[in-house]
Amino acid sequence: MRRSPEIVRGLLVAVVGLAVTAVVAAALLALGGHSPGATFAALIAGAFGSWDRFVSFTLVRATPLLFTGLAVALAFRAHVWNIGAEGQLYAGALAGVAVALLLPTSAPLLLLPITLVAAAAAGALWAAGPAAMRTRFGVGEVITTLLLNFVALFLAQFLVQGPLQEPRRIFNQTDSIPEAAHLPALLPGTRLHVGFALAVAVALALWLYLARTPGGLRLRTVGASPRAARVSGRFRATPVVWAAFLTSGAIAGLAGWVQIAGVTHRMYEGLSPGWGYTAIAVALLARLNPLAVVVTAIVFGALSAGGGAMQRDAGVPEAWVRGIEALVILAVLATDRCWQLLAARGEGG
Amino acid sequence: MADLSALSSFLVAAVGLGVPLALAALGEMVTERTGVINIGLEGSVIWGALGGALGALAAGPYAGLACGVSTGALAALCFALFAVRLGTDQIITGTAVTIGSLGFTGAVFQSRFGATGIALELPTVAALELPLLSEIPILGPALFNQAAPAYIAYLLAPLLAWLLFRTRWGLAVRAVGESPDAAHAAGVPVIRTRLLATVFGGALAGLAGAHLSLVHTGTFAENMSAGKGFIAIAVVVLGRWSPWGVVAAALFFGAAEALQFALQAWDSELPYPLFLALPYLLSLAALVGWFGRARAPGGLGSPWPTARR
Repeated sequence: MRRSPEIVRGLLVAVVGLAVTAVVAAALLALGGHSPGATFAALIAGAFGSWDRFVSFTLVRATPLLFTGLAVALAFRAHVWNIGAEGQLYAGALAGVAVALLLPTSAPLLLLPITLVAAAAAGALWAAGPAAMRTRFGVGEVITTLLLNFVALFLAQFLVQGPLQEPRRIFNQTDSIPEAAHLPALLPGTRLHVGFALAVAVALALWLYLARTPGGLRLRTVGASPRAARVSGRFRATPVVWAAFLTSGAIAGLAGWVQIAGVTHRMYEGLSPGWGYTAIAVALLARLNPLAVVVTAIVFGALSAGGGAMQRDAGVPEAWVRGIEALVILAVLATDRCWQLLAARGEGG
Repeated sequence: MADLSALSSFLVAAVGLGVPLALAALGEMVTERTGVINIGLEGSVIWGALGGALGALAAGPYAGLACGVSTGALAALCFALFAVRLGTDQIITGTAVTIGSLGFTGAVFQSRFGATGIALELPTVAALELPLLSEIPILGPALFNQAAPAYIAYLLAPLLAWLLFRTRWGLAVRAVGESPDAAHAAGVPVIRTRLLATVFGGALAGLAGAHLSLVHTGTFAENMSAGKGFIAIAVVVLGRWSPWGVVAAALFFGAAEALQFALQAWDSELPYPLFLALPYLLSLAALVGWFGRARAPGGLGSPWPTARR
């Protein structure tokens, strides 16, 4: 197979896509009465201005995006359109925090693994509904996963206002989790926690799985052409689709709990600013390659870390960050499509 | 008598809440009949809500409705230029349009009104009471004492039923959705039909959004669409891509939402977030229960032309 053109194409599409995004965003910022130069300067300083900004902000923000980006990349590889990473993230966060608060143990070697397993299981469970609806009833997963995101948000609201609310019952948040459930620091003196290393390990594992194992090959085959997979008769597509849903949901579930165990140490209503949706941009920019997701998650982590600085130093509302994320998706889609059309024209003479 | 008036006000709320869903879903139904699924509908709804608010502040509530229609249509045009004209993946493009719309409407709103958190007060569209019809007991006030968008929805359902199934134009629309290649061979302009149908769907979703800001709430808040566009897409599936089915499904959801408000009012101790989840759970349950017997347009979701990949 021609490997290098694929990598070249991926890099080129990513670079051109990001460049187009920068130009369009600059134009829109100017239209909105903001100075593009000052905005970008504040954004870059906020994300990369110092070693601490990079490690304690950009990489910390990249961690949940890395998990959710991997979840989306894996699902999309199997043509499972999981738009529900946001809901699965909340399911994982709730399960992790519930176990950490209710389990009567304070041994870190016991509590931390149990909470991680609980979070992954809850994320997988949240994805199991859409998986069953698709494989048993033929209901497309786009709408079901989207609708379940809202259900998860309301469930989180209910729990942090009710059964899991802090003992003083003032704020809509849970009590602090016991120290035994905290993820330790990865680099001493920074806010970066072990969750980042865990996410990179998941990326490596997924890459190995997809590229080097029979299961990965089956998953890619189902994704490339569900019909071909069925007609070939070598294996059934349904278990592969289930595996993609459950694994994707489990990884997204980890995103929520790792954020709590590593950063916030408690659960509250607006835990995620939409990481499950940003994940789609992260995964697409990486062309669904798990190793490339590590890089693109850092790019979007930088955008998120810089967004705060952008609002503070350049007076540009943070809502712009979401707009820019959408521009990245559209620019990458359009660049890739134009590449396809040009290549087809070239071959046709 | 008290029970009757409770029933009557429940029905008024049910129809009022069902109208924006019916409008957005009728538009999306036409879009999907041409083979395009527009997940960006949620984006058209939130743009409609903001456009409605800005238009109403500038020139009154009816100008606001018109403005909401235009901004909703523009968001859908943006989706269509990518997903239909260029042929990018419909689901991912639609998701991007939704994310971007939620972001940019927030940005526009904050730069126009600041992030002070003081609720914006908008001139609202008053209910129009139709003489005689509104005096029908119980159903009269519910159906015929509503704001203008409701009457648009009532007229649209039979109009679309006639257009889609009784005219050459409707035949062309359905052909493009079922089999774009065959439609193309028969001389129907596939791309143009899909573009126009998508923009039409966005315009109605924009009207639904303006209904949220100018009829329901009289204010605009970031993310106020809260998944209404997504529920409208589920409503299209439940209504089996037929105008009357879509209206019935939309009213069913309006009733579910009205029920949730009624239950909250009845006992404020009940955990309200669980009730807020009710319409979404009902959508899911209904999709499972009904989908088996419905059939989507054959070419739904596939870009055209398909050859150049």
